[in-house]
Parts: sequence; structure tokens; C-alpha cells
Amino acid sequence: MMGEKMLETPLFGITLTLVTYLLSQKLYRRVGKVWANPVLVSIVSIIMLLQLFDLEYRDYARGGDILVFLLGPSVVALAIPLYQRREEIWKRKRPIMMGVFAGSLASILSACGLAWILGGSRDVILSLAPKSVTTPIAISIVEKIGGIAPLTAALVVLTGCIGAVCGPEFCKRIGITSPVATGLAVGTSAHGIGTARMLEVDRLSGAVSGLAIGLNGLMTTFLLPLLMAIAGHW
Amino acid sequence: MVRGLTFLLLFQFSGEAVSRLFDLPIPGNVLGMGFLLLGLTTNLVDIKWFEEAAELLLSNMALFFVPAGVGVMVYGDLIAAEWLPITVATVLSTFVVMAVTGKIAQKLEPSADDDGGEDA
Repeated sequence: MMGEKMLETPLFGITLTLVTYLLSQKLYRRVGKVWANPVLVSIVSIIMLLQLFDLEYRDYARGGDILVFLLGPSVVALAIPLYQRREEIWKRKRPIMMGVFAGSLASILSACGLAWILGGSRDVILSLAPKSVTTPIAISIVEKIGGIAPLTAALVVLTGCIGAVCGPEFCKRIGITSPVATGLAVGTSAHGIGTARMLEVDRLSGAVSGLAIGLNGLMTTFLLPLLMAIAGHW
Repeated sequence: MVRGLTFLLLFQFSGEAVSRLFDLPIPGNVLGMGFLLLGLTTNLVDIKWFEEAAELLLSNMALFFVPAGVGVMVYGDLIAAEWLPITVATVLSTFVVMAVTGKIAQKLEPSADDDGGEDA
């Protein structure tokens, strides 16, 4: 069938993503509300469209994966704004390190603690632990501590969307106003998706947010096994 | 443009290679970001080569996450099975981390350009 042939190339996934994203951006500019975040609206619309037409995720991913691939060089490119603002950032190395350290600790404790209180299974609690860490690091962490890697991947994206949609406004509302602190907060909590949003708000915030992806990934990698060893002693 | 993209991929490639070779917990792209930063500070590479490509990628970074987000649909059943602890823990913890990180960083920041909190 002609329809099936069309799905065998990346054309479908890429075109669907770009068209949906452009329309979502238009909607966002029109309504200007936080919930109309283009990434969130695009994700929800594409999932609904695929289900409506009974299309397989695989057929979409053939094109989608090509766009996701561009995340790799994008992360490398974060070095450019970091280098451009290196003096401002270096002056704040202590607040940056302390902030990410506290955030990493708070992420593990609050995510696991809340899931535990609400009766989550051991698998779910462990899969939640690295939810604020960028996907590749989160997956390698969860494979080491023993959780469900695909669940972690989904939770990382979910976390990123929440942080990207609400992050900048939430920070402002609770009195976090400095661009460095805001970028650090959103990057530590919502990794790359949060960083993408911060880059749209302010370049310095975006650069710091990108730095927080790496720092939080590193800290969680070392903190989590340590915390688990402590918890195991009880 | 092509030069910038080529060098970004070369840095990602070297990050990927080092990450795999030494079995490091850091993914290749994050390592590549570190290498590029190092390359820029040591004048091994010129920032001018990268500016155009970096601008194109960074200003559209949000778009590249869309297909990754669509991927969540495959794991809908996993989330549905324990949706309450999962959603509550994920949502609340995301805000907790932002508050803790931002507040601590802001408190410790040098006060030179501090314009104070609005309604803290």
C-alpha cells in the first residue's frame, strides 16, 4: 500500500514533528500562556494523532530519531555560551557547585521519599531516583542500581517538561530572580528540556543551565550509590 | 556553518570515544561539551568557527526533544500501573529541586548585581 511505503522513510516523522511544532509555536504566541508550551503541546498532539490513526511509534521514530540525534551536537554546542560568559560563571563557582549539590541531594531524597510514602514499589522508587538527570546518565545510573530503565527514560522526559513549562515562572514567584540562580535551578531539575527553555529566556541562564546538566549528572552518579549504601545499613 | 557542525560532531565523537574507552559514567555529548570548553580555553579551536552552527542548534534545541517526549507513549502502561506515586513524586520533586537549587545559589551569589527578591 502507498500509505505503508510512506511510513518506511524518515520523511513522515520529521515532517509531522516540524509541522506540529510550528503550529504549536503559533498557538503559544497567540495565547501566551505557560500551559501552551510548544514542546508540551507538540508531544501531546503527536501522541494523540498517532493513536487516532492507529500508527506505530516505530514508524514515527524513524524520522523522530533523526531530530533527537541533533541533541548530541546541541549539548556539545552548550560550551559556546558557557565560554562566552566564562568570567561571570567562574566568579560564581561556589554558589553553582553548592546549588547543584543541594539540588541533586534534594532530587533523590524528595522523589524517592514521596514515592515511598505513597506506596510505590521498589522498582518505581529506584527508577525515580535519577529523574532530574539527563537521559543517557540517568539510564546508566538506573541500570547500575536496578530499576526499570524505560520507566526512568519516560520520567526524565516528564520531569523535563514540567520544569521547562513552569520553571522560569515558578522561580520568579518564589523570589529566585538572578539569571544564574534561575538557570541553575531549571537545569538541575529539568536537565536538557529545561535548558532548551532557559536558552529562549536568557543566554546566560541557558549557559548555566547547560552546565548544571553535566554537574548534576556527575553528582547524582556518585551520590546515589552512597545514599543507597547508607539506607541499606538501616 | 559546515565547519562548525563538523567540529561539534568531532568533539562529540571524541567524547563518545573516551566515554566508551574508559567506561565512564558521563555520556559522550556531555564529555564533548567539556572537551570543547577546554579546546576554546587553550586556543586549540576558534570560537568563530562554531558561533553560527551553535546558534542554529541551541535556538532550536526544544524541537529536538519533541520526538523523545513522544516516546513516553510506549511506556504508558508502566506509568499507569503506579500512576499516583509516580506522578506526585515526579511533579513535587521537580519543584523542590528548583526551589532548593535556586535559593541556595542565589543566597551564596556575590551581591554585585543582586536586585533582591520580589515577594520572597
